[in-house]
Amino acid sequence: MSTVSTPAAHGPFARMSDALWRNPRLLLLILLAPPLLWLGVIYLGSLFALLLQSFFSIDQFSGLVVREFTLRTYAELFTPANFDIIVRTVTMAACVTLASAVIGFPIAYYAARYARGRWRAVFYLGIMMPLWSSYLVKVYAWKLILAKEGIVSWALDKAHLQWLLDAYLSLPVVGGNSLSVSTTGTFLVFVYVWMPFMILPMQAALERVPVSMLEASGDLGAQPRQTFRHVLFPLALPGVVAGSIFTFSLTLGDYIIPQIIGTSRLFIGQAVYQHQGVAGNIPLAAAFAVVPILIMGLYLWGAKRMGAFNAL
Amino acid sequence: MPAVSFDEVSRHFGQVRAVDRVSLDIAEGEFFAMLGPSGSGKTTCLRLIAGFERPTSGDIRLFGESVRDLPPYRRQVNTVFQDYALFPHLNVRDNVGYGLMIAGRPKAERHREVEAALEMVRLGGYGTRKPSELSGGQRQRVALARALVNRPRVLLLDEPLGALDLKLREQMQEELKGLQRQLGITFVFVTHDQGEALSMADRIAVFNDGHIQQVGTPEDVYFRPDVPFVADFVGSSNVLPAELVAQLTGQRQPAAIRPEHLRLGGEGGLTARVTGLSFLGLTTRVSLEAGDTRLTALLPQDAPRPAQGETVSVNWSPADLHFMRGAT
Repeated sequence: MSTVSTPAAHGPFARMSDALWRNPRLLLLILLAPPLLWLGVIYLGSLFALLLQSFFSIDQFSGLVVREFTLRTYAELFTPANFDIIVRTVTMAACVTLASAVIGFPIAYYAARYARGRWRAVFYLGIMMPLWSSYLVKVYAWKLILAKEGIVSWALDKAHLQWLLDAYLSLPVVGGNSLSVSTTGTFLVFVYVWMPFMILPMQAALERVPVSMLEASGDLGAQPRQTFRHVLFPLALPGVVAGSIFTFSLTLGDYIIPQIIGTSRLFIGQAVYQHQGVAGNIPLAAAFAVVPILIMGLYLWGAKRMGAFNAL
Repeated sequence: MPAVSFDEVSRHFGQVRAVDRVSLDIAEGEFFAMLGPSGSGKTTCLRLIAGFERPTSGDIRLFGESVRDLPPYRRQVNTVFQDYALFPHLNVRDNVGYGLMIAGRPKAERHREVEAALEMVRLGGYGTRKPSELSGGQRQRVALARALVNRPRVLLLDEPLGALDLKLREQMQEELKGLQRQLGITFVFVTHDQGEALSMADRIAVFNDGHIQQVGTPEDVYFRPDVPFVADFVGSSNVLPAELVAQLTGQRQPAAIRPEHLRLGGEGGLTARVTGLSFLGLTTRVSLEAGDTRLTALLPQDAPRPAQGETVSVNWSPADLHFMRGAT
């Protein structure tokens, strides 16, 4: 008598494969359990524990955390000194995001539309390679580049344009003694460090825009800038938003770059670092940590309302 | 004055000569088809008219005016794209009204014209839908309305029916033809489907390898092909090589004969072996091999059918043999 099945499988692995084939839900459960445990318990759980801290307060005399529900710590965020930090950080994050998008867009467009074969590899290497080297090394390298005796100063001096830099550095807010101790320096390094996170999602979005879409726009009478405004940009917007989520939130949370390059004025990350470390004010640190989360939530909600994800 | 005129136009991509010294006149109000296999240069010709490609050499004129240096957005032609290229972030009304919006027409007027254009393609009331909510045939009509609402002087259609199923395609063929008659706009239609070209076009240009093989009415290219390629591609005619024709008639020229004009049996003629039989309903298709030459015959239902592998003699009346120029 013949049989339709191949000879019965032997060994525990073969039997397990058979069992999993019959129970696809079990397979899904086995595959999903570890990452869900990791994300749900260890990651989200600890984040939640941190947020809980922000509803406690610190006793001004003893310096101990009072474990009672209060909004006093949040009120402290709105004291002029703390609110200044928030405004400064959000402004910086917005400027960095805008600059990354403006500088990154042509690069992403080129890579998506024109780069083929070897040039494509060159593009990916060019974008990714800065991510392979240590973040600290890059930041300190920038400190040297932007220093008073650094190459930027030197080049401008040789070009007899030192006066231009001096005039710029004498401006309030953006200026300083040299680029490396100015807000402009902080901004430049932020843009440099987070740029790849903006370019890659934009490139992925632009790659999905068919050429015929742009041709159709031109065919219907739109000049290139009109095609950009009415077709290319709206279709690339989900990528721009995805990229800006990275650049915006990374800038909001960073505490190393403004510490090495820039003025002594604090950013949110530095405030969190100081309050939970030296000051031992965990509740205020936690409240500061909630700010970027809230801002990102608002930002995404606004982006959705404006139709940024309509093309998805 | 011709609506579109090609003067020795070439478009080369590196070593590839996509279009090679093509000269062509398309009359105003004509339904003109560009027919050919893929890679024959027909789509490149269409893109040259639209302005998406620039000629490597030669000149293109629209209504007598050279458009060599005119970008697409300055040409009074509109295109229906093969993939429709509807803007996914805009609804149907804004898609159709895009050209009018760019032209700066007031909103109320735009809405009126868009609604009229949608009525014309029988999609009235679909204005607020998104392209993703439409079927293939509906998208195709939106693309058509989006082009026609601008009242172009020439409408270019790049295989617009290629993605539709057979029944819808036949229906759209008639609608397109009707629209063209009604509007009187010059239609330039690219297709690789000979049936589509024959049934819709006033004139057809048959393309192969970047060259035009023949320009003529559907009857011309079907019954009176100039070259073996046209006979084979357009009419699926039997092509007899020059040597064989020389043996049979004494005239050293390739010739074409339609499958329905071949008779099997009788005295003399060409000796061939039957290699295949297919029942097609009204007719039976017989595949034949005479030496190196493959032939196809279509037999009416009442004709005696040969058997597979049988050797038969193939005959025709001399009037049905159509002589062509060029080598096979």
